[in-house]
Amino acid sequence: MALLEAKAVNVVYEPNRGQKIWSVRDVDLRLEQGEFVGLVGESGCGKSTLGFALTRMLRPPAHLEGGIISFDGQDISALEGEPLRQQRRNGFAIVLQSGMNALNPVRDIAHHFADIFRAHARDGEDLTSGVLGTRGAALLQSVQLDPDVLGRFPHELSGGMRQRVSIALALALQPRLIVFDEPTTALDVIVQGAVIKTIKDLQAKNSFTAILISHDLGVVLDATDRVMVMYAGRIVEDQPSAELLRGPHHPYTEALLGCYADPRADEIHLGGIAGSPPDLSLPQTGCSFAARCPLVEDVCRSIDPELTALGSGTAACHVRAREFNAQMKVRS
Amino acid sequence: MTASLASSPHQAPAGGLRPSESPSVVPPLVVESVTKTYATRGRHKAPVTAVDDVSFAIAPGAAIALVGASGSGKSTLAKMITGSERPTRGSIRFGDTAVESLRTGGLREYHRRVQMVFQDPYGALNPLHTVAYTVSRPCQNFLGLSAVAARDRVFELLETVGLTPPEQFAAKLPHQLSGGQRQRVVIARALACEPDLIVADEPVSMLDVSMRAGILRLLARLREERGLSLLYITHDLLGARVVTDEILVLNQGRVVERGQTKYVLQHPGDEYTIKLLDAVATPYAAQESPSLT
Amino acid sequence: MTIATTGPPPLNPGDLAPTKVAKASSLPVSLLFVGRALRTLWSNRKARIGLVILAVVILIAVFAPVLAPYSPTSTNFQPYQSPDATNWFGTTGNGQDVFSQMLYGARISLFVGLAAGTLATLVAVTIGLVTGYRPGVIDEVLSFVTNLALVIPGLPLMIILAAYLSSRSVWTIVLVVSFTSWATGARVIRSQASTLRDREFITSAVFSGERLFRVVFREILPNMTSLVAASFFSAATAAVMAEASLEFLGLGNPNTVSWGTILYFAQQQNALLTGQWVLVFAPGLAIALLAVSFTLINFGVDALSNPRLREK
Repeated sequence: MALLEAKAVNVVYEPNRGQKIWSVRDVDLRLEQGEFVGLVGESGCGKSTLGFALTRMLRPPAHLEGGIISFDGQDISALEGEPLRQQRRNGFAIVLQSGMNALNPVRDIAHHFADIFRAHARDGEDLTSGVLGTRGAALLQSVQLDPDVLGRFPHELSGGMRQRVSIALALALQPRLIVFDEPTTALDVIVQGAVIKTIKDLQAKNSFTAILISHDLGVVLDATDRVMVMYAGRIVEDQPSAELLRGPHHPYTEALLGCYADPRADEIHLGGIAGSPPDLSLPQTGCSFAARCPLVEDVCRSIDPELTALGSGTAACHVRAREFNAQMKVRS
Repeated sequence: MTASLASSPHQAPAGGLRPSESPSVVPPLVVESVTKTYATRGRHKAPVTAVDDVSFAIAPGAAIALVGASGSGKSTLAKMITGSERPTRGSIRFGDTAVESLRTGGLREYHRRVQMVFQDPYGALNPLHTVAYTVSRPCQNFLGLSAVAARDRVFELLETVGLTPPEQFAAKLPHQLSGGQRQRVVIARALACEPDLIVADEPVSMLDVSMRAGILRLLARLREERGLSLLYITHDLLGARVVTDEILVLNQGRVVERGQTKYVLQHPGDEYTIKLLDAVATPYAAQESPSLT
Repeated sequence: MTIATTGPPPLNPGDLAPTKVAKASSLPVSLLFVGRALRTLWSNRKARIGLVILAVVILIAVFAPVLAPYSPTSTNFQPYQSPDATNWFGTTGNGQDVFSQMLYGARISLFVGLAAGTLATLVAVTIGLVTGYRPGVIDEVLSFVTNLALVIPGLPLMIILAAYLSSRSVWTIVLVVSFTSWATGARVIRSQASTLRDREFITSAVFSGERLFRVVFREILPNMTSLVAASFFSAATAAVMAEASLEFLGLGNPNTVSWGTILYFAQQQNALLTGQWVLVFAPGLAIALLAVSFTLINFGVDALSNPRLREK
């Protein structure tokens, strides 16, 4: 049974009266236990919103509109209050982009751990500060931090260290799913690699399911097993990371890959994508990438493509689906 | 649809002069032994050295990259070169002008020749002013144009940076534009007074990757067409490679490596440069043949 | 799954995202801004109530001569009357109709509230901007003065000033009240200005060759309008209460008719002892309502600057 399954998830964001922005549109996804999945896309594509929706962290003016999110077989899309809190105990956790700002500046790190342990304590659990300290120290070591960080305050730590503390806090209750929302975007470029490596090692060791949300395709392809590409609120491609690099299916993914290059190469061809993503406060007709797509055809403008299986993964593209089917026919 | 930006080594136009500017030669910008230290509050804290004895020169028409991670001092250098901060030691000269001793009036004159493109396209534009207002101000202040004449120049500038039709964009407010479009407005504003040197501080790091090539291509084209000098400040080595000829690598305020951009990136000598190169997580870094076509 | 929708045709490359602002808008940006601001204020429930109350008070003040059944100062009536058919609110110890006094009294209270609020805000904005934008000697001196003004207790200072000033006109009250209420606004505006000073669009304006005056008044100030508006409404609230206090203490002009003087005379004539509670509650309630209306509007002003507070 899949650990996390989402069907027809929509998220609506209403910043002003009368203005409705469909940030996430009709998303289905499925995560198995132990998978490390990347969710990649550019600004405004809805990836962070989706991550928040899956962990029930949406706040007004954004809200879930329709759709089912089931975690370990249980529908969590309508949970509130105490039952939701129970899920957070060892169900799922989230590490935020500004995880460093999520730390209370007037309390030391040990307090942060104690806070979590106490809030979700089970009956009969030993909550003396000695025991909590030991548990905190162990968690800090798992993120390559020295246990004496427990006694420090957030402002005494560097950005990378604070982010590691956030990760350790997320691990505290041994969640089965952790969502990392742009965990390294706000960090210095040199530190980013080390933090991503830590996340990757932790995931391999503890076998929790992880979603890595990032705008950086390079980071995601390097760290994850499988990648989902989002555009204009929908998932347009879903492939194993290695395959995506070799053969992207969706024209958007292909164009996106073309925007990256190795600075050491002899010749550099740097691509861009002309135009802008569509305005999601308006109803969308057809494929939302049609306006910028080199393969666009009439059918693309009127019918929104579904995610269809194309060899190693799925993609939502009429043209590619047709080509694939033609190939299959030729072979058979 | 995808714009291809090939990076063959750029040659500065002969003499580096702008077509309109013959007999007065544009001087180089010379940074000589510049150091900047900040005193910190707190009893036992030593002063922080942001920039440590850095020297280099920007010849007219040259494009130079200053690369380093945050804290390397590159932004501080940019501020000193544009006159927003004063060096603790050393000098910055632009021809006869000693930049570090400029006061308000002199600084205003200096900005006529040395302009800046900022990092955050969302913060660099006043949210309450239209594009037309923002771009016309330097035209009115520096070129002495009347409001009507400035309007024509604004349209010209918007076309140059690729915001067409200019009439439509001129009336827009910043929140109605995308990040890439805002950054183009910032560039248009910087070009308005026909500067000799543009200091671009991380101009594309806050933009989506799909929008970066367009901006980089614009900067490269402007440099070629107008003989502008460009100081490109970034931690993004790919951008440096694409836009500049020369590169200086900064680590904790010191220059640890310098040379031709392509050469330095292909044959990094300093450990820090290697670290920076490794940190650039491209999908192709692991592969042998890096270009995608 | 296809999403069957009818919508605008898909965008072509280079098209702009559709915008809400009319393309060739002939109205200046500032007017559109004000229009949008008023609409947002109106959509906030608390602000709406405040606006309604204020509108009622303004109407009463403007149309007092039409609405009031009698002249407020004529002493034709039986003194010390309870409310009855002729005098809805009863009469004062001098035989004046309280209801008419209440209606005319709105004028002074409103005028002093708005005038003192405006004056205090003008001073606060000037000092706040000057000190916030340019650190230096002027900043140090003016900040010291501001802190001094903050520390001195307002009411006692007002009492002393009013007592010693020879003229007893409304303008005296306005000046005295403004003098004691500009400091808070100045502090707040100063700190906001010094935050804005470091924003990139300000640096960008300096690079565009803008001079100090333009940077401060055309770049920084417009981005602080909701703060200035909030400052104004706070100062106006304080001014309404202060005016009433001064009049009540007899430091105003007893010949004018304001809610505060009604209270003054009520106290002089022992209104509560004679059972004329209307004389106390009516002006008291009116003063409170006016002050509350300003505060409620301020809630809406908060929502203007922080979109998350806007109600749906």
